[in-house]
Amino acid sequence: MLKIDNLEVAYGNIKAIKGISLEVNEGEIVTLIGSNGAGKSTTLRAISGLLKPRSGSITFMGERIDGLEGHDVVKKGICHSPEGRRIFPRMTVDENLDLGAFLRNDKDAIAADKERVLELFPRLRERITQKSGTMSGGEQQMLAVGRALMGQPKLLILDEPSMGLAPVLVDLIFETIQKINQQGTTILLVEQNALAALSVAQRAYVLESGVIKMSGNAKDLQSDPEVTKAYLGG
Amino acid sequence: MAISLLKRSKTSGKKKQKSPASARQWAISLTIVAIAIWAFFTYLFDKTPDAVQAWFQVWLPPSTLNESLVWVICALGLNIVVGYAGLLDLGFVAFWAFGGYAAGWFMSGFFHQVNIHFGSMSANTIPGIHLSFWLVMVIAALIAGFFGIIIGAPTLRLKSDYLALVTLGFGEIIPQVFTNGENIGGFNLSNGTKGISPIDAIGVFGKRLGPFDLGWKFLIYFFLAACMVFVSLRIRGGRLGRAWLAIREDELAASMMGVPLMRTKLTAYAVGAFSGGIGGAVYATHVNGIFAERFNFSISIILLAMVVLGGMGNVWGVIVGALLMAWINATGLPAVGDTFNNTFHTQINFPSYNFLLFGGILVLMMLFKRDGLLPEARLKMISHENDDDTSNTGGH
Repeated sequence: MLKIDNLEVAYGNIKAIKGISLEVNEGEIVTLIGSNGAGKSTTLRAISGLLKPRSGSITFMGERIDGLEGHDVVKKGICHSPEGRRIFPRMTVDENLDLGAFLRNDKDAIAADKERVLELFPRLRERITQKSGTMSGGEQQMLAVGRALMGQPKLLILDEPSMGLAPVLVDLIFETIQKINQQGTTILLVEQNALAALSVAQRAYVLESGVIKMSGNAKDLQSDPEVTKAYLGG
Repeated sequence: MAISLLKRSKTSGKKKQKSPASARQWAISLTIVAIAIWAFFTYLFDKTPDAVQAWFQVWLPPSTLNESLVWVICALGLNIVVGYAGLLDLGFVAFWAFGGYAAGWFMSGFFHQVNIHFGSMSANTIPGIHLSFWLVMVIAALIAGFFGIIIGAPTLRLKSDYLALVTLGFGEIIPQVFTNGENIGGFNLSNGTKGISPIDAIGVFGKRLGPFDLGWKFLIYFFLAACMVFVSLRIRGGRLGRAWLAIREDELAASMMGVPLMRTKLTAYAVGAFSGGIGGAVYATHVNGIFAERFNFSISIILLAMVVLGGMGNVWGVIVGALLMAWINATGLPAVGDTFNNTFHTQINFPSYNFLLFGGILVLMMLFKRDGLLPEARLKMISHENDDDTSNTGGH
């Protein structure tokens, strides 16, 4: 579904991504793990058209999407729940969700999708008319994921969905990620919480200083001594 | 669950009825006030005692009322750029100038080489281009909007601080072009510092509105301002308005929602320029001429102050801000100054302190009331939007 080939991204003269290749197949949860500054978010931003790659290609459903503007990438069916949530704080939960469906015109389907999001995150239903900036971090994260879902993504990109959340909320978010996946959405998940990410993903890539260090089946990586040592605190 | 859902949709349904009502209240009250003012100045003013007339001439002359409406039109335009889309524009005077010169070119004897008449009230024998006021409005808006796109397309890619700088430069350059435009390769574009005067009378329903028909002009300016309000509110409730608000809140996140950043910002800029053009043309008919030296930086700043003072993004707040500041600038400060000087036998030149006053107001507003004079109404507006949004997506 998504294929990245030899991607290089640079900020000025500093190469953040040094030629990585990865693939996400339809129906999968693929996770990209790595420590701070490894280039995870940079990779995602390149996919979403927020950064222009220096070289290499990004192909989605057989079409090149590198070099497209951000909103055109959304049109192709890639929705991005960004790092740090970036919800619209002065708008209500409802307005945020509506903006997630900005490119769509199918009113009935939008209403159905909103209902689906509110079923996934019942907390959001309670807060539907509240200004989203006044919600807790966990609720804001739910909103960020829900808002991305409103775009009816073929591929959902989640950047650090567990960042700064209480453990009980982390579990809830990851459960929901699995649920979303079971409902048929392919997911590319970026996490620092490698343990949780590996437990929900089918496959994983380990990114370190802009290169892919390791890749493979999530279960295998979970028990890989090197990964355990570097990322799972064991 | 089903019951709670039902309840919720009921309450939001109620709110939906309430919020437009507040907009309607505003609209109706302002219309009534405007018609009352028009009726008073058109029919009653001459019959009132001299003392009353004198009081009005000092404290609320009809020309000030008309001028404030010009400011309202332009401030509403700038509000779309600054208040809705969050783009800092410090050169709005350029669009005002384009609109003014459009009126100068197409509603006067300036181009005396030709003799074109269309829908104008002036005699066919007078040379020059004389088009109908309403047509000139459209032309002025299109010219200003066109230049808005020309200047906006390359600059809107910049981050906001740089955008402010570029628009600042633009607002300086355009008036300079008009000031020095007396001989551009032998072509007289603007008549330089001498300006273009007089501008044709406005013709409505076969009535000629000359320089002294202030009451009727007031009604026409009010109509144009009302159109601006209508357009502002309509756009705001719709898809484009939501895209602007999203960009104002968080550009990157907006782009992730699929909002095309460049196109959406450019639209805001063009719509703002468009209304600036209308305001400029109206201004030309108000002062009955067009003079390059009036288009200076201070106009951009006063407009910005009006938007900030009233409450960025809130149409009603901006109207209040514009009326208030236009009145202070044109009448309030001189009148207070004269009263003060006469009472205390001083010789202070109050109007020369207007920028001190406006600067002070801006600083105080930023310190104590950042949301503007009408923050509650602004909050109301946001809940209002909320209703519009749900109705747009067919939630109810």
